Amino acid sequence: MVSQARYDEGEVAEIIADHAGLEGPMLPILHGIQERFGHVPEAAVRQIAAALNLTRAEVHGVVTFYHDFHKEPRGRHVLKVCRAEACQAAGSDAIADAIERALGVKFGETTDDGQITLEAVYCLGLCATAPSAMLDRRIVGRMNEAKIGALVEEARL
Amino acid sequence: MTKLFIPLDSFAVACGADAIAEEFAQLNTDRGLSLEIVRNGSRGMAWLEPMIEVETPDGRIAYGPIEPGEADALVDAGILSGAGHPKRIGKVEDHPFFARQTRHTFKRCGVTDPLSLDDYRAHGGLKGLERAIGIGPQAIVAEVTQSGLRGRGGAGFPTGIKWKTVAEAKGARKYIVANADEGDSGTFADRMIMEGDPFCLIEGMAIAGVATGATKGYIYLRSEYPVAIDVMREAISRAHQASVLGTSVMGSSRVFDIEVRVGAGAYVCGEETSLLDSLEGKRGQVRFKPPLPAIQGLFGMPTVINNVISLASTPEILAAGAEGYKELGMGRSRGTIPIQLGGNVKHGGLFEVPFGMTLGEIVNEVAGGTASGRPVRAVQVGGPLGAYFPVSLFDTPFDYEAFAARDGLIGHAGIVIFDDTVDMLGQARFAFEFCAIESCGKCTPCRVGAVRGYETVKKIIDGEKPAENLALVEDLCNTMKFGSLCALGGFTPYPVMSAIRHFPEDFHGTPMGVAAE
Ligand SMILES: Cc1cc2nc3c(=O)[nH]c(=O)nc-3n(C[C@H](O)[C@H](O)[C@H](O)COP(=O)(O)O)c2cc1C
Ligand code: SF4
Ligand code: FES
Ligand code: FES
Repeated sequence: MVSQARYDEGEVAEIIADHAGLEGPMLPILHGIQERFGHVPEAAVRQIAAALNLTRAEVHGVVTFYHDFHKEPRGRHVLKVCRAEACQAAGSDAIADAIERALGVKFGETTDDGQITLEAVYCLGLCATAPSAMLDRRIVGRMNEAKIGALVEEARL
Repeated sequence: MTKLFIPLDSFAVACGADAIAEEFAQLNTDRGLSLEIVRNGSRGMAWLEPMIEVETPDGRIAYGPIEPGEADALVDAGILSGAGHPKRIGKVEDHPFFARQTRHTFKRCGVTDPLSLDDYRAHGGLKGLERAIGIGPQAIVAEVTQSGLRGRGGAGFPTGIKWKTVAEAKGARKYIVANADEGDSGTFADRMIMEGDPFCLIEGMAIAGVATGATKGYIYLRSEYPVAIDVMREAISRAHQASVLGTSVMGSSRVFDIEVRVGAGAYVCGEETSLLDSLEGKRGQVRFKPPLPAIQGLFGMPTVINNVISLASTPEILAAGAEGYKELGMGRSRGTIPIQLGGNVKHGGLFEVPFGMTLGEIVNEVAGGTASGRPVRAVQVGGPLGAYFPVSLFDTPFDYEAFAARDGLIGHAGIVIFDDTVDMLGQARFAFEFCAIESCGKCTPCRVGAVRGYETVKKIIDGEKPAENLALVEDLCNTMKFGSLCALGGFTPYPVMSAIRHFPEDFHGTPMGVAAE
């Protein structure tokens, strides 16, 4: 489950303060915010910029550079399916198609009920138990038709 | 007490090991089995994961692959005393896949409890660091240089020379950065050592710290590795409590601390200068060199940036001496290399051997060919920027120079096996697509070339002027190869051109579905 707490200025300030003592605190802060709110709201970008003495454009540039950070809210669950070579060799293209059909969305999209975002990922380091996927923070190997059903079911909950 | 080993390694966890461990724990209580469950690393035989091991008077007996729901029946069958069973593998050391290896860097991986420092010590851990503190910076650097160890991140740069540069550089602070971004498809050696023997990386980083005068280490660990992140953080905290890290490393006057920093899903951040910018909190864009990171690295300070396996190889080199390591291997590729076998593979996993085995021996004998049972048609060596090799080049020995001589690269030593249903035109298109998705955008040949390449290969797939477009692809590859700032743009031509050169029959302009037949 992705935490989708509503933006809260105080909480963002707390996350920033928690990491302020680190060298190079930007990524840890962004991870903290992404984890808490399911995205990095524009208001948080403003707060980070002020706290780290950067321009909003600079912080925005960092947020948009990385695949893990998102400016807009997404699904309550994120299902990542590996599309890289080792998984391709093990038949991941068919798995990916079947998942798109099962969810009724394409990669990069979120189901209408806001429940699941489907994403491509490039290697989960499970290349010898391919094809691989990851639901939120849980990794899944040896993907097959039966496992797709179970994963989709679980993500719908 | 019977010891039962159930791996915490991602291979095992992704196939149900956590559930299996819970089942055995439940049985332990319900039936009073007096089991001690140890969550170990993986022995590297991934096709047998989750592979559990029972400690018996005759040694550790393995069973696998175990599935959730089997625990009851396994216990009933008597596996806790090593009884026969269709899934009985026997002693791991006797298994042909294992017996053929020279376990140097991975000698403890899967054997010990990854989070027990006592276990680590009992299996030779911390001897390297102890000796390093005793002999001092110059002698450490000399030892690592003599071992012939070259960086395992891909470029194969001598580790000793890198350390020497940082040792001699002046700076208010110095850093050791472990590159744990491991983005290459087909690779998982860094992940396995971090999950299965995290203290080994910690020890290697501390040795690098003593050698160079660096007092702070960062492990830049990709976010796609949740298990490794947890294990690594816990190990660091335990190393602290035991004063292996901190203000008095192993009771000496040395200071060394380590922090895990989680990446954010950018492949290019595995490139060392991009990684440093990312650690500093910036967009992960590649820096112009010079200055070298060794002179002006993290926050402008002298920095050793090494791959996880490079660093994790040094404790054993320091403990046992450079000579033993140097004796192994071939040509200028010294020591052992953890080869990672993935994709459509029968016996996939991690296989550590001295350099020099031929690609054919590795793919056919060790890996046993494909999982599908169909003939092997191509293998990609060295990740998404590595070349595709046809069976006709299987006599190539696993050695940096031998691969370069055949327009390929070893990279981080991942081998991805494809059977005869692979469509090489599709693989060439993917190489461009991946480069386009992951380009940091700093230089034109890569940023624009990848997109043009992707579109052009698509045209060939659609049968649009195949000959002309193929020539255009080759042209683009030339531009990218010589005009890109880093190896993402610069090496994308390897998979593309090797596919074209070695599998011309797939590039004749017929639609993809037909070409695959
Ligand atoms: C696009 C790109 C991605 C890279 N990814 C990694 C990586 O994930 N891990 C790694 O150790 N090196 C990676 N490298 C190589 C590093 O730039 C660098 O050579 C290496 O970390 C140096 O350590 P070593 O000398 O121990 O190999 C990458 C290089 C490029 C160009
Ligand atoms: S080659 Fe690509 S990834 Fe590398 S610096 Fe240029 S644009 Fe960035
Ligand atoms: S390529 Fe899919 S897990 Fe490595
Ligand atoms: S570095 Fe600018 S075009 Fe390549």
